[in-house]
Amino acid sequence: MVQPLDILVETPSQTAGPYVHIGCIPSFAGVDGIYPEDLGLSPIEEGVKGEVITITGSVFDGTGWAMRDAMMESWQADAQGLYPGQEGADPKLSGFCRFAADKDSGEFTLRTIKPGSVTNRGGATMAPHINVMVFARGINIGLHTRIYFEDEDNSQDPLLARIEQRPRVDTLIAKKIGDGSYRFDLRLQGDGETVFLDL
Amino acid sequence: MTDSSALMARRREVHPVAYYEDYKTSVPRSPSLPLLSMESTFSEETGPRFGHGLIGKYDNNLICNYTQGAALAVGERIRVHGRVLDENARPVPNTLIEIWQANAGGRYRHVKDTYFAPLDPNFGGCGRTLTDENGFYEFMTIRPGAYPWPNRGNDWRPMHIHFSIFGHAFGQRLISQMYFQGDPLIDLCPIAATIQKRSQLDRLVAPLDLQNSRGMDYLAYKFDIVLRGSRQTMFENKMEGM
Ligand SMILES: [Fe+3]
Repeated sequence: MVQPLDILVETPSQTAGPYVHIGCIPSFAGVDGIYPEDLGLSPIEEGVKGEVITITGSVFDGTGWAMRDAMMESWQADAQGLYPGQEGADPKLSGFCRFAADKDSGEFTLRTIKPGSVTNRGGATMAPHINVMVFARGINIGLHTRIYFEDEDNSQDPLLARIEQRPRVDTLIAKKIGDGSYRFDLRLQGDGETVFLDL
Repeated sequence: MTDSSALMARRREVHPVAYYEDYKTSVPRSPSLPLLSMESTFSEETGPRFGHGLIGKYDNNLICNYTQGAALAVGERIRVHGRVLDENARPVPNTLIEIWQANAGGRYRHVKDTYFAPLDPNFGGCGRTLTDENGFYEFMTIRPGAYPWPNRGNDWRPMHIHFSIFGHAFGQRLISQMYFQGDPLIDLCPIAATIQKRSQLDRLVAPLDLQNSRGMDYLAYKFDIVLRGSRQTMFENKMEGM
Protein backbone atom coordinates (compact mmCIF):
# COMPACT_ATOMS: atom_id res chain seq x y z
CA MET A 1 0.00 0.00 0.00
CA VAL A 2 1.04 3.60 -0.51
CA GLN A 3 -0.28 6.87 0.82
CA PRO A 4 -3.38 8.12 -0.95
CA LEU A 5 -2.84 11.08 -3.31
CA ASP A 6 -6.02 12.84 -2.24
CA ILE A 7 -6.59 14.11 -5.74
CA LEU A 8 -10.15 14.20 -6.99
CA VAL A 9 -11.14 13.60 -10.58
CA GLU A 10 -12.96 16.13 -12.72
CA THR A 11 -16.68 15.51 -13.24
CA PRO A 12 -17.28 14.01 -16.69
CA SER A 13 -18.72 16.26 -19.38
CA GLN A 14 -21.95 15.62 -21.28
CA THR A 15 -23.20 17.26 -24.44
CA ALA A 16 -24.85 20.65 -24.02
CA GLY A 17 -27.60 19.32 -26.31
CA PRO A 18 -29.89 21.09 -28.77
CA TYR A 19 -31.51 23.24 -26.10
CA VAL A 20 -28.32 24.76 -24.66
CA HIS A 21 -29.72 28.20 -25.47
CA ILE A 22 -32.41 27.89 -22.78
CA GLY A 23 -29.74 27.80 -20.11
CA CYS A 24 -27.09 30.01 -21.66
CA ILE A 25 -28.84 32.42 -24.05
CA PRO A 26 -32.49 32.17 -22.98
CA SER A 27 -33.82 34.95 -25.18
CA PHE A 28 -32.46 33.09 -28.24
CA ALA A 29 -34.61 30.09 -27.25
CA GLY A 30 -37.65 32.32 -26.74
CA VAL A 31 -37.45 32.20 -22.94
CA ASP A 32 -37.85 35.78 -21.79
CA GLY A 33 -38.64 37.37 -18.49
CA ILE A 34 -36.49 35.33 -16.09
CA TYR A 35 -33.33 37.44 -16.35
CA PRO A 36 -33.12 41.13 -17.28
CA GLU A 37 -30.79 40.14 -20.13
CA ASP A 38 -28.74 37.19 -21.37
CA LEU A 39 -25.33 36.71 -19.80
CA GLY A 40 -22.31 37.68 -21.90
CA LEU A 41 -24.14 39.73 -24.52
CA SER A 42 -20.97 41.74 -25.15
CA PRO A 43 -17.35 41.47 -24.00
CA ILE A 44 -16.89 45.25 -24.18
CA GLU A 45 -18.56 48.39 -22.88
CA GLU A 46 -18.71 51.92 -24.18
CA GLY A 47 -15.30 53.55 -23.72
CA VAL A 48 -13.23 50.37 -24.06
CA LYS A 49 -9.69 50.92 -25.34
CA GLY A 50 -8.57 49.36 -28.59
CA GLU A 51 -9.76 48.71 -32.12
CA VAL A 52 -13.35 47.50 -32.34
CA ILE A 53 -13.57 44.51 -34.64
CA THR A 54 -16.21 42.12 -35.91
CA ILE A 55 -15.56 38.44 -36.50
CA THR A 56 -18.08 36.45 -38.49
CA GLY A 57 -18.04 32.78 -39.33
CA SER A 58 -19.74 29.43 -39.16
CA VAL A 59 -19.14 26.09 -37.50
CA PHE A 60 -19.16 23.36 -40.13
CA ASP A 61 -19.75 19.70 -39.35
CA GLY A 62 -18.00 16.84 -41.15
CA THR A 63 -20.43 17.02 -44.08
CA GLY A 64 -19.72 20.71 -44.70
CA TRP A 65 -23.04 21.84 -43.23
CA ALA A 66 -23.01 25.10 -41.27
CA MET A 67 -24.44 24.09 -37.90
CA ARG A 68 -27.52 26.05 -36.84
CA ASP A 69 -27.42 25.10 -33.18
CA ALA A 70 -23.85 25.83 -32.03
CA MET A 71 -23.33 28.02 -28.95
CA MET A 72 -19.95 29.63 -28.49
CA GLU A 73 -18.12 31.44 -25.73
CA SER A 74 -15.10 33.68 -26.02
CA TRP A 75 -12.59 34.90 -23.45
CA GLN A 76 -9.92 37.43 -24.24
CA ALA A 77 -7.43 39.97 -22.96
CA ASP A 78 -7.74 43.75 -23.33
CA ALA A 79 -5.85 45.90 -25.84
CA GLN A 80 -2.74 45.79 -23.64
CA GLY A 81 -2.85 42.02 -23.30
CA LEU A 82 -4.19 41.95 -19.75
CA TYR A 83 -7.02 39.70 -18.66
CA PRO A 84 -9.83 41.05 -16.47
CA GLY A 85 -8.73 40.60 -12.89
CA GLN A 86 -5.08 41.27 -13.71
CA GLU A 87 -3.71 44.50 -12.35
CA GLY A 88 -4.21 47.45 -14.69
CA ALA A 89 -6.69 45.65 -16.94
CA ASP A 90 -9.23 47.79 -18.83
CA PRO A 91 -12.36 48.03 -16.63
CA LYS A 92 -14.51 48.44 -19.76
CA LEU A 93 -13.69 44.94 -20.97
CA SER A 94 -15.44 41.96 -19.37
CA GLY A 95 -13.58 39.74 -21.83
CA PHE A 96 -16.40 37.18 -21.97
CA CYS A 97 -18.98 36.81 -24.71
CA ARG A 98 -21.61 34.28 -25.70
CA PHE A 99 -22.90 34.07 -29.22
CA ALA A 100 -24.85 31.53 -31.22
CA ALA A 101 -24.97 30.36 -34.80
CA ASP A 102 -27.98 31.93 -36.50
CA LYS A 103 -31.02 29.62 -36.66
CA ASP A 104 -31.42 30.14 -40.40
CA SER A 105 -27.96 30.83 -41.84
CA GLY A 106 -25.67 29.19 -39.28
CA GLU A 107 -23.54 32.33 -39.15
CA PHE A 108 -22.25 33.83 -35.92
CA THR A 109 -20.93 37.32 -35.19
CA LEU A 110 -18.57 38.35 -32.42
CA ARG A 111 -18.15 42.09 -31.90
CA THR A 112 -15.25 42.94 -29.63
CA ILE A 113 -11.88 44.66 -29.60
CA LYS A 114 -8.63 43.26 -30.91
CA PRO A 115 -6.72 41.94 -27.88
CA GLY A 116 -3.05 42.74 -27.30
CA SER A 117 -0.27 40.17 -27.08
CA VAL A 118 -0.27 38.35 -23.77
CA THR A 119 2.89 37.78 -21.77
CA ASN A 120 2.55 34.41 -20.15
CA ARG A 121 3.94 33.07 -16.89
CA GLY A 122 7.63 32.46 -17.63
CA GLY A 123 7.82 35.52 -19.90
CA ALA A 124 6.90 34.03 -23.28
CA THR A 125 4.72 36.24 -25.46
CA MET A 126 1.62 34.94 -27.16
CA ALA A 127 0.37 36.66 -30.32
CA PRO A 128 -3.03 38.40 -29.96
CA HIS A 129 -5.74 35.79 -29.77
CA ILE A 130 -9.27 35.14 -28.54
CA ASN A 131 -10.03 31.91 -26.72
CA VAL A 132 -13.14 30.13 -27.91
CA MET A 133 -15.22 27.20 -26.75
CA VAL A 134 -17.85 25.53 -28.91
CA PHE A 135 -20.83 23.69 -27.45
CA ALA A 136 -23.60 21.90 -29.34
CA ARG A 137 -25.64 18.77 -29.66
CA GLY A 138 -23.28 15.99 -30.75
CA ILE A 139 -20.26 17.61 -29.09
CA ASN A 140 -19.73 15.49 -26.00
CA ILE A 141 -17.13 17.73 -24.41
CA GLY A 142 -16.81 21.42 -25.25
CA LEU A 143 -14.20 22.14 -27.90
CA HIS A 144 -11.54 24.69 -27.09
CA THR A 145 -9.71 26.65 -29.77
CA ARG A 146 -8.21 30.09 -30.45
CA ILE A 147 -8.73 32.84 -32.99
CA TYR A 148 -5.51 34.54 -34.14
CA PHE A 149 -5.37 37.36 -36.72
CA GLU A 150 -3.74 37.32 -40.14
CA ASP A 151 -2.61 40.96 -39.83
CA GLU A 152 -0.59 40.27 -36.67
CA ASP A 153 2.86 38.77 -36.30
CA ASN A 154 2.11 35.18 -35.34
CA SER A 155 5.61 33.85 -36.03
CA GLN A 156 6.74 33.65 -32.39
CA ASP A 157 3.54 32.32 -30.87
CA PRO A 158 4.31 29.26 -28.70
CA LEU A 159 1.00 27.52 -29.34
CA LEU A 160 1.06 27.97 -33.11
CA ALA A 161 4.71 26.83 -33.12
CA ARG A 162 3.61 23.55 -31.63
CA ILE A 163 1.44 22.62 -34.59
CA GLU A 164 3.52 20.15 -36.53
CA GLN A 165 1.59 20.24 -39.81
CA ARG A 166 2.13 23.87 -40.85
CA PRO A 167 -0.96 24.16 -43.09
CA ARG A 168 -3.10 23.47 -40.03
CA VAL A 169 -1.91 26.72 -38.45
CA ASP A 170 -4.20 28.51 -40.91
CA THR A 171 -7.25 26.96 -39.25
CA LEU A 172 -6.61 29.21 -36.23
CA ILE A 173 -6.11 32.45 -38.15
CA ALA A 174 -8.96 34.85 -38.88
CA LYS A 175 -8.86 36.33 -42.39
CA LYS A 176 -9.17 40.05 -42.76
CA ILE A 177 -12.15 40.83 -45.01
CA GLY A 178 -12.42 44.57 -44.49
CA ASP A 179 -11.66 47.42 -42.17
CA GLY A 180 -11.99 45.94 -38.69
CA SER A 181 -13.75 42.86 -39.96
CA TYR A 182 -12.55 39.29 -40.02
CA ARG A 183 -13.79 35.90 -41.09
CA PHE A 184 -13.20 32.81 -38.95
CA ASP A 185 -14.77 29.47 -39.83
CA LEU A 186 -14.50 26.34 -37.73
CA ARG A 187 -14.51 22.85 -39.17
CA LEU A 188 -15.18 20.10 -36.67
CA GLN A 189 -14.02 17.26 -38.86
CA GLY A 190 -12.43 16.35 -42.16
CA ASP A 191 -10.76 18.65 -44.72
CA GLY A 192 -9.38 21.74 -43.02
CA GLU A 193 -10.31 20.45 -39.57
CA THR A 194 -9.76 23.18 -36.99
CA VAL A 195 -7.00 22.58 -34.46
CA PHE A 196 -8.75 21.96 -31.13
CA LEU A 197 -6.85 22.31 -27.91
CA ASP A 198 -6.27 20.32 -24.76
CA LEU A 199 -4.65 22.68 -22.28
CA MET B 1 -6.62 36.55 -10.40
CA THR B 2 -5.31 33.06 -10.76
CA ASP B 3 -2.54 31.68 -8.64
CA SER B 4 0.41 31.36 -10.95
CA SER B 5 0.41 27.64 -11.54
CA ALA B 6 -0.76 25.58 -14.45
CA LEU B 7 -3.99 23.61 -14.57
CA MET B 8 -3.64 19.89 -14.13
CA ALA B 9 -3.94 18.17 -17.49
CA ARG B 10 -7.49 17.09 -18.22
CA ARG B 11 -8.00 13.37 -17.64
CA ARG B 12 -9.64 12.69 -20.94
CA GLU B 13 -10.35 9.04 -20.04
CA VAL B 14 -13.04 10.06 -17.57
CA HIS B 15 -14.83 12.14 -20.19
CA PRO B 16 -17.08 10.93 -22.99
CA VAL B 17 -15.54 9.87 -26.26
CA ALA B 18 -16.10 12.42 -29.05
CA TYR B 19 -17.23 9.86 -31.62
CA TYR B 20 -19.93 7.42 -30.57
CA GLU B 21 -21.79 5.60 -33.32
CA ASP B 22 -25.02 5.13 -31.36
CA TYR B 23 -25.24 8.88 -30.75
CA LYS B 24 -25.66 9.73 -34.39
CA THR B 25 -25.10 13.48 -34.20
CA SER B 26 -21.65 12.89 -32.72
CA VAL B 27 -20.57 11.11 -35.90
CA PRO B 28 -20.17 14.27 -38.06
CA ARG B 29 -19.42 16.54 -35.11
CA SER B 30 -16.42 14.79 -33.55
CA PRO B 31 -12.91 15.95 -34.45
CA SER B 32 -11.06 13.12 -36.15
CA LEU B 33 -7.57 14.47 -35.44
CA PRO B 34 -5.96 14.51 -31.99
CA LEU B 35 -6.32 17.61 -29.84
CA LEU B 36 -3.22 19.79 -29.49
CA SER B 37 -1.94 19.41 -25.94
CA MET B 38 0.26 21.84 -24.09
CA GLU B 39 0.57 23.36 -20.64
CA SER B 40 -2.12 25.88 -19.80
CA THR B 41 -1.34 29.60 -20.11
CA PHE B 42 -2.85 32.77 -18.65
CA SER B 43 -5.49 32.46 -21.37
CA GLU B 44 -6.90 29.33 -19.71
CA GLU B 45 -5.92 30.11 -16.12
CA THR B 46 -8.00 33.29 -16.00
CA GLY B 47 -11.71 33.42 -16.59
CA PRO B 48 -14.87 35.49 -16.21
CA ARG B 49 -16.14 36.14 -12.69
CA PHE B 50 -19.73 36.87 -11.79
CA GLY B 51 -20.88 38.57 -8.62
CA HIS B 52 -23.91 38.23 -6.38
CA GLY B 53 -25.38 41.31 -8.08
CA LEU B 54 -26.10 39.11 -11.09
CA ILE B 55 -28.42 36.76 -9.25
CA GLY B 56 -32.05 37.87 -9.06
CA LYS B 57 -34.45 36.97 -6.28
CA TYR B 58 -36.05 34.02 -8.12
CA ASP B 59 -33.10 32.89 -10.25
CA ASN B 60 -32.46 29.76 -8.17
CA ASN B 61 -36.08 28.67 -8.05
CA LEU B 62 -37.27 27.20 -11.35
CA ILE B 63 -40.64 26.38 -9.79
CA CYS B 64 -41.59 30.02 -9.78
CA ASN B 65 -38.95 32.07 -11.64
CA TYR B 66 -40.80 32.08 -14.95
CA THR B 67 -43.70 33.90 -13.36
CA GLN B 68 -41.47 35.84 -10.95
CA GLY B 69 -43.26 34.27 -8.03
CA ALA B 70 -46.83 34.66 -9.28
CA ALA B 71 -47.61 30.96 -9.93
CA LEU B 72 -46.01 27.55 -9.53
CA ALA B 73 -44.89 25.03 -12.13
CA VAL B 74 -46.47 21.58 -12.29
CA GLY B 75 -44.35 18.62 -11.20
CA GLU B 76 -42.64 16.84 -8.38
CA ARG B 77 -40.99 19.50 -6.26
CA ILE B 78 -37.28 18.89 -5.71
CA ARG B 79 -34.31 20.64 -4.19
CA VAL B 80 -30.93 19.98 -5.77
CA HIS B 81 -27.88 20.75 -3.70
CA GLY B 82 -24.21 19.91 -3.57
CA ARG B 83 -20.74 21.25 -3.56
CA VAL B 84 -18.29 22.37 -6.21
CA LEU B 85 -14.70 21.35 -5.48
CA ASP B 86 -11.55 21.35 -7.56
CA GLU B 87 -9.28 18.35 -8.07
CA ASN B 88 -7.25 19.42 -5.03
CA ALA B 89 -10.48 19.00 -3.01
CA ARG B 90 -10.65 22.72 -2.40
CA PRO B 91 -14.09 24.36 -2.52
CA VAL B 92 -14.74 26.58 -5.52
CA PRO B 93 -16.47 29.63 -3.98
CA ASN B 94 -18.67 32.20 -5.74
CA THR B 95 -18.79 30.40 -9.02
CA LEU B 96 -21.74 30.58 -11.38
CA ILE B 97 -23.89 27.50 -12.03
CA GLU B 98 -26.55 27.65 -14.73
CA ILE B 99 -29.16 24.95 -15.15
CA TRP B 100 -31.75 24.14 -17.79
CA GLN B 101 -34.21 21.32 -18.19
CA ALA B 102 -37.46 20.01 -19.65
CA ASN B 103 -40.74 20.44 -17.79
CA ALA B 104 -42.50 17.64 -15.90
CA GLY B 105 -43.88 16.29 -19.18
CA GLY B 106 -40.49 16.16 -20.88
CA ARG B 107 -40.99 19.27 -23.04
CA TYR B 108 -38.50 22.11 -23.39
CA ARG B 109 -39.51 25.72 -23.82
CA HIS B 110 -37.45 26.11 -26.98
CA VAL B 111 -38.42 27.10 -30.50
CA LYS B 112 -36.87 23.85 -31.77
CA ASP B 113 -38.66 21.44 -29.41
CA THR B 114 -41.70 20.03 -31.21
CA TYR B 115 -42.55 17.16 -28.84
CA PHE B 116 -46.33 17.15 -28.27
CA ALA B 117 -46.15 17.03 -24.46
CA PRO B 118 -47.63 20.38 -23.44
CA LEU B 119 -45.72 23.42 -22.30
CA ASP B 120 -46.36 24.44 -18.72
CA PRO B 121 -47.40 28.11 -18.74
CA ASN B 122 -45.64 28.54 -15.40
CA PHE B 123 -42.34 26.90 -16.27
CA GLY B 124 -39.47 28.45 -18.25
CA GLY B 125 -36.81 25.84 -17.64
CA CYS B 126 -33.67 27.75 -16.70
CA GLY B 127 -32.11 29.09 -13.56
CA ARG B 128 -28.81 30.05 -12.03
CA THR B 129 -27.05 30.32 -8.69
CA LEU B 130 -23.63 31.00 -7.21
CA THR B 131 -21.75 28.70 -4.87
CA ASP B 132 -21.17 30.14 -1.40
CA GLU B 133 -17.75 30.69 0.16
CA ASN B 134 -17.50 26.95 0.90
CA GLY B 135 -18.51 25.84 -2.57
CA PHE B 136 -22.09 24.88 -1.64
CA TYR B 137 -25.01 25.57 -3.94
CA GLU B 138 -28.69 24.72 -4.11
CA PHE B 139 -31.73 25.39 -6.22
CA MET B 140 -35.38 24.40 -6.32
CA THR B 141 -37.05 22.93 -9.37
CA ILE B 142 -39.47 20.27 -10.52
CA ARG B 143 -38.26 16.85 -11.60
CA PRO B 144 -38.00 16.94 -15.41
CA GLY B 145 -39.78 14.27 -17.42
CA ALA B 146 -38.02 11.78 -19.67
CA TYR B 147 -38.44 12.59 -23.35
CA PRO B 148 -38.10 10.86 -26.71
CA TRP B 149 -35.59 12.15 -29.24
CA PRO B 150 -34.85 11.41 -32.86
CA ASN B 151 -31.77 9.19 -32.94
CA ARG B 152 -32.48 5.50 -33.35
CA GLY B 153 -36.11 4.46 -33.66
CA ASN B 154 -37.05 4.58 -29.99
CA ASP B 155 -34.54 6.51 -27.92
CA TRP B 156 -35.51 8.29 -24.73
CA ARG B 157 -33.46 10.63 -22.61
CA PRO B 158 -33.46 9.71 -18.95
CA MET B 159 -34.66 12.46 -16.62
CA HIS B 160 -31.82 14.97 -16.44
CA ILE B 161 -30.87 18.52 -15.60
CA HIS B 162 -28.25 20.29 -17.73
CA PHE B 163 -25.49 22.01 -15.73
CA SER B 164 -23.06 24.71 -16.84
CA ILE B 165 -20.28 25.57 -14.38
CA PHE B 166 -17.67 28.29 -14.81
CA GLY B 167 -15.03 27.81 -12.12
CA HIS B 168 -12.48 30.60 -11.94
CA ALA B 169 -10.52 29.80 -15.08
CA PHE B 170 -11.70 29.48 -18.68
CA GLY B 171 -9.91 26.12 -18.77
CA GLN B 172 -12.17 24.86 -15.96
CA ARG B 173 -15.32 25.47 -17.96
CA LEU B 174 -17.62 22.45 -17.82
CA ILE B 175 -21.04 21.56 -19.17
CA SER B 176 -22.60 18.31 -18.02
CA GLN B 177 -25.87 16.66 -17.01
CA MET B 178 -27.26 15.36 -13.74
CA TYR B 179 -29.27 12.13 -13.77
CA PHE B 180 -31.55 10.71 -11.10
CA GLN B 181 -30.96 7.63 -8.98
CA GLY B 182 -32.99 4.64 -10.10
CA ASP B 183 -33.95 5.86 -13.56
CA PRO B 184 -33.98 2.74 -15.80
CA LEU B 185 -33.46 4.87 -18.92
CA ILE B 186 -29.88 5.76 -17.93
CA ASP B 187 -28.70 2.29 -18.98
CA LEU B 188 -30.39 2.63 -22.37
CA CYS B 189 -29.26 6.13 -23.28
CA PRO B 190 -26.58 6.50 -25.97
CA ILE B 191 -25.70 9.99 -24.72
CA ALA B 192 -25.03 8.69 -21.20
CA ALA B 193 -23.07 5.84 -22.82
CA THR B 194 -20.63 8.25 -24.47
CA ILE B 195 -18.97 8.07 -21.03
CA GLN B 196 -17.45 4.66 -21.43
CA LYS B 197 -16.47 3.97 -17.84
CA ARG B 198 -19.54 3.09 -15.85
CA SER B 199 -17.88 4.28 -12.65
CA GLN B 200 -17.54 7.74 -14.21
CA LEU B 201 -21.13 7.83 -15.50
CA ASP B 202 -22.28 6.91 -11.98
CA ARG B 203 -20.76 10.18 -10.78
CA LEU B 204 -23.48 12.00 -12.75
CA VAL B 205 -26.29 10.12 -11.01
CA ALA B 206 -27.62 12.12 -8.07
CA PRO B 207 -28.81 10.07 -5.09
CA LEU B 208 -32.06 10.78 -3.34
CA ASP B 209 -31.15 12.61 -0.14
CA LEU B 210 -34.09 11.98 2.15
CA GLN B 211 -32.38 13.58 5.16
CA ASN B 212 -32.27 16.88 3.35
CA SER B 213 -35.79 16.57 1.99
CA ARG B 214 -38.61 18.43 3.68
CA GLY B 215 -41.83 16.70 4.68
CA MET B 216 -44.96 17.80 2.81
CA ASP B 217 -42.79 20.00 0.59
CA TYR B 218 -39.90 18.63 -1.52
CA LEU B 219 -37.49 15.74 -2.08
CA ALA B 220 -33.77 16.52 -2.17
CA TYR B 221 -31.10 15.19 -4.50
CA LYS B 222 -27.39 15.70 -3.92
CA PHE B 223 -25.07 16.46 -6.83
CA ASP B 224 -21.41 17.23 -6.19
CA ILE B 225 -19.21 18.58 -8.96
CA VAL B 226 -15.43 18.53 -9.39
CA LEU B 227 -13.67 21.04 -11.65
CA ARG B 228 -10.07 20.90 -12.85
CA GLY B 229 -7.49 21.94 -10.28
CA SER B 230 -4.17 23.74 -10.47
CA ARG B 231 -0.93 21.88 -10.08
CA GLN B 232 0.52 22.46 -6.65
CA THR B 233 4.12 23.52 -6.99
CA MET B 234 6.66 25.67 -5.26
CA PHE B 235 9.04 25.68 -8.22
CA GLU B 236 7.47 28.02 -10.74
CA ASN B 237 10.48 30.34 -10.89
CA LYS B 238 12.64 27.94 -12.86
CA MET B 239 13.98 28.77 -16.33
CA GLU B 240 11.91 27.69 -19.33
CA GLY B 241 12.79 24.13 -20.29
CA MET B 242 14.94 23.44 -17.23
FE1 LIG C 1 -31.88 17.63 -22.37
